[in-house]
Amino acid sequence: MLETGLILRALARNKIGAMLIALQIALTMAIMVNAIFMIQDRQQQMKRASGLDEANTFYLTNTIFGQDYNIISHLQTDLNMIRNTPGVVDAIQINAVPLSGSGWSMALQHQPGEDQDAVGSAIYMVDEHALNSLGLELIAGTNFSQADVEIRKDGQSTWPAKTIITKAFAENLYPDDWQSAIGKTVYISQNQPLQIIGVIKAMQAPWNGWNGVERSMLVPFHREAKGGYYFIRTEPGQRDALMPIIEKALAESDKERIIRRVTTVEETRKRSYQQQNATNKILMTVVITLTLITGFGIVGLAIFSINRRTKQIGTRRALGATKGQIMRYFMMENFLISCVGILIGSVGAVALNMWLVNSFNLSPISFELVAFGVVALFIVGQLAVLYPARKAALIPPATATRTI
Amino acid sequence: MFNYYLRLAWISILRHWGLSLLMVCAIGLGIGAAMTTITVNYLMSANPIPEKSEQLYYVQLDSWDINNPFNDGLSPPDQMTFTDSTNLMRAQKAFRQNVQAQAFGVIEPENPDMLPLIVNGRANSADFFTMFNVPFIYGSGWSRASDDSKEFVVVLSKETNEKLFGGEDSVGKSIKLEGNMFRVVGVIDNWQPKPRFYDITTGAFNDSEDIFVPFHLIVDEKISRSGNTNCWKPTGDGFQAFLASECIWTQFWVELKTEQDKEDYLQFLNAYVQEQKQFGRFQRPIDNRLSNVMQWLESQEVVADDAQMMMAMSFMFLIVCLLNTVGLLLAKFLGKAPEIGLRQALGASKRTLFSQYIIESACIGILGGILGLVLAYLGLQGIEILYGDSMKDLATLDSKMATLAVLLALFSTILAGLYPTWRACNIQPAQQLKSQ
Repeated sequence: MLETGLILRALARNKIGAMLIALQIALTMAIMVNAIFMIQDRQQQMKRASGLDEANTFYLTNTIFGQDYNIISHLQTDLNMIRNTPGVVDAIQINAVPLSGSGWSMALQHQPGEDQDAVGSAIYMVDEHALNSLGLELIAGTNFSQADVEIRKDGQSTWPAKTIITKAFAENLYPDDWQSAIGKTVYISQNQPLQIIGVIKAMQAPWNGWNGVERSMLVPFHREAKGGYYFIRTEPGQRDALMPIIEKALAESDKERIIRRVTTVEETRKRSYQQQNATNKILMTVVITLTLITGFGIVGLAIFSINRRTKQIGTRRALGATKGQIMRYFMMENFLISCVGILIGSVGAVALNMWLVNSFNLSPISFELVAFGVVALFIVGQLAVLYPARKAALIPPATATRTI
Repeated sequence: MFNYYLRLAWISILRHWGLSLLMVCAIGLGIGAAMTTITVNYLMSANPIPEKSEQLYYVQLDSWDINNPFNDGLSPPDQMTFTDSTNLMRAQKAFRQNVQAQAFGVIEPENPDMLPLIVNGRANSADFFTMFNVPFIYGSGWSRASDDSKEFVVVLSKETNEKLFGGEDSVGKSIKLEGNMFRVVGVIDNWQPKPRFYDITTGAFNDSEDIFVPFHLIVDEKISRSGNTNCWKPTGDGFQAFLASECIWTQFWVELKTEQDKEDYLQFLNAYVQEQKQFGRFQRPIDNRLSNVMQWLESQEVVADDAQMMMAMSFMFLIVCLLNTVGLLLAKFLGKAPEIGLRQALGASKRTLFSQYIIESACIGILGGILGLVLAYLGLQGIEILYGDSMKDLATLDSKMATLAVLLALFSTILAGLYPTWRACNIQPAQQLKSQ
């Protein structure tokens, strides 16, 4: 590479100009790498399965305002009616919906007592139809039976005897062997025993930002409460048609309650991750515009420096340099500037990431991503300089003779 | 002279239109991105009640589990137990005090054709309305006496009054809420403090409530409470046991006029906790806090992490755009070396050259600023569409922000133009003339 020395000497005469491009490349890389990292982080978060049959499920709220209203008998009538509607697979009453943002949590501990360590978990109060209605997969143990289901009054502090927990929760309670959870007794509310009878593959908690989002438990309760959800699973493809039918049937069956917020689980997922989705789109826009600006900046500056050096280029051509050599000169020049920029950019990317880790609890960036940034910016630089370099190569050798 | 330079700048901008466009676009994008994120951050961290934010204090007491401190012991619980808030309320040691919780209920309109209405409510004390400077169209809040005598009174939001009474003065009329008749004492004008500082436990940017009722109605189970409940100790059966429990679900605000009053109130709180310790409560070291509105919002990190991160990103974005502009201006001005040499030879001083090229940079800056403003407007619209309700009212550009955008563009382009201009002024005329 005989030219390298030549290029370096030429660059040294316009240090500031070259430095500006290098700095721009460095900052672009630092931002690009971190933005892509954040995008990936959010995508991972959004990809986690809720454990439900999301495509075929929906729910609605049932708010009772009538006085002297027999909640439990109405609950039975409602559930029977929904379960017997053609196209419905199954239905339950539930106290909260995964990913919806509001729900209940309780802590479980291995031993009874006040000073024991306890692990928090989302609580879903359901009956023996839960697995079928939610589309959950039981991977060990057994389901509740009808006899297990108790009636829970508002403000009641006692719990049923049995529970089904998620695999992630079982792994947390029994790190050595999650399957050993079956049949074990844990304690809720510090001292009430609860026997684990089953483990389900997955069911997320209502809060997607919670670090225990995979820890959930089912308890066999019918709630005697004035507000609650009905959760319904339909045959594939029937959901949208059944939503208004069931809403109407419930609303018309008695006038002392309000049926509202008929929502699909898909919609809930969308709403739950709306912020993540939005941030990702914005970050994506930032990455794209930033790359374009840097790219066009390189094009603009290269054209200018070529215009200024028209005579020199003509002279080189006249002295025997080929078009290819002229092009190579400018590509090489850009490559050298990019090298400096990318070197600073790699340090910058890691520094920016460290700041983000400290201030916003992000995780550290992966090496592959920095490597990706390096390659991406080399390509951007070379592509951007391609057109100006080609223009330079086309300068006729005769230019050299004209103005002397 | 200024007009002449302006004309020269314009000619120069048009002659290199491609380059000028690139610079204007770069500045516009940079300013647009920066302004979008600044606006969101500015609105998120706005003072919702500037006239008295220094006199309103949120009260925190550390009543939590000694084995498992709240927030790892970094700060006391963000809400208060019912026991403590009623005790503090009864003591009446502050100029004004308010205990509150979120509630909900169903209103059955008198007109049988109208469907029943589920409303978001707030159960609070009489002082709520005077403390937080709540504006009324009709009537006013209820009196402390109504609190004491457990009256069934209600204050409606403007919207609820619109729905139930078609917007007319409904003071003195009754509504049926959860099966009980309530007398309307006031109707609130449009009032949507952002952030909704008086209760940020369920979302700092939620709308204010549809109805406001006295707090004791929750205690008497006349209205259902909602919002967050956090417990560490098992509770007994039934609602009375829940009220007496260590669960936190109420919020307590006081209004204190002077710094001295604040000191006194803190003394009182510490004495109160000391006294409660005798009953076996408050086993953790005393950690009572009084935070004024802005301190409270800051400690609860109301400004979303995402918004701050975006702002940092967009500033770096702006720097890239400016670096871009510096490079392009430098190239452009140096490209004019022969012209500059000629002008200098004809007697132009460095000063005149300097002002000429700074004016040219400023022109590009203003154009970039205007483009930036348009982009910021579009960006905010985009944010509102993407983020939905959570960003409602947080994505509007006011005149203050618009001026800031243009100034920022102007300032940063002049800054970006300084070095290229300086280089252009220092061109040696002799050398340039020789080569022509």
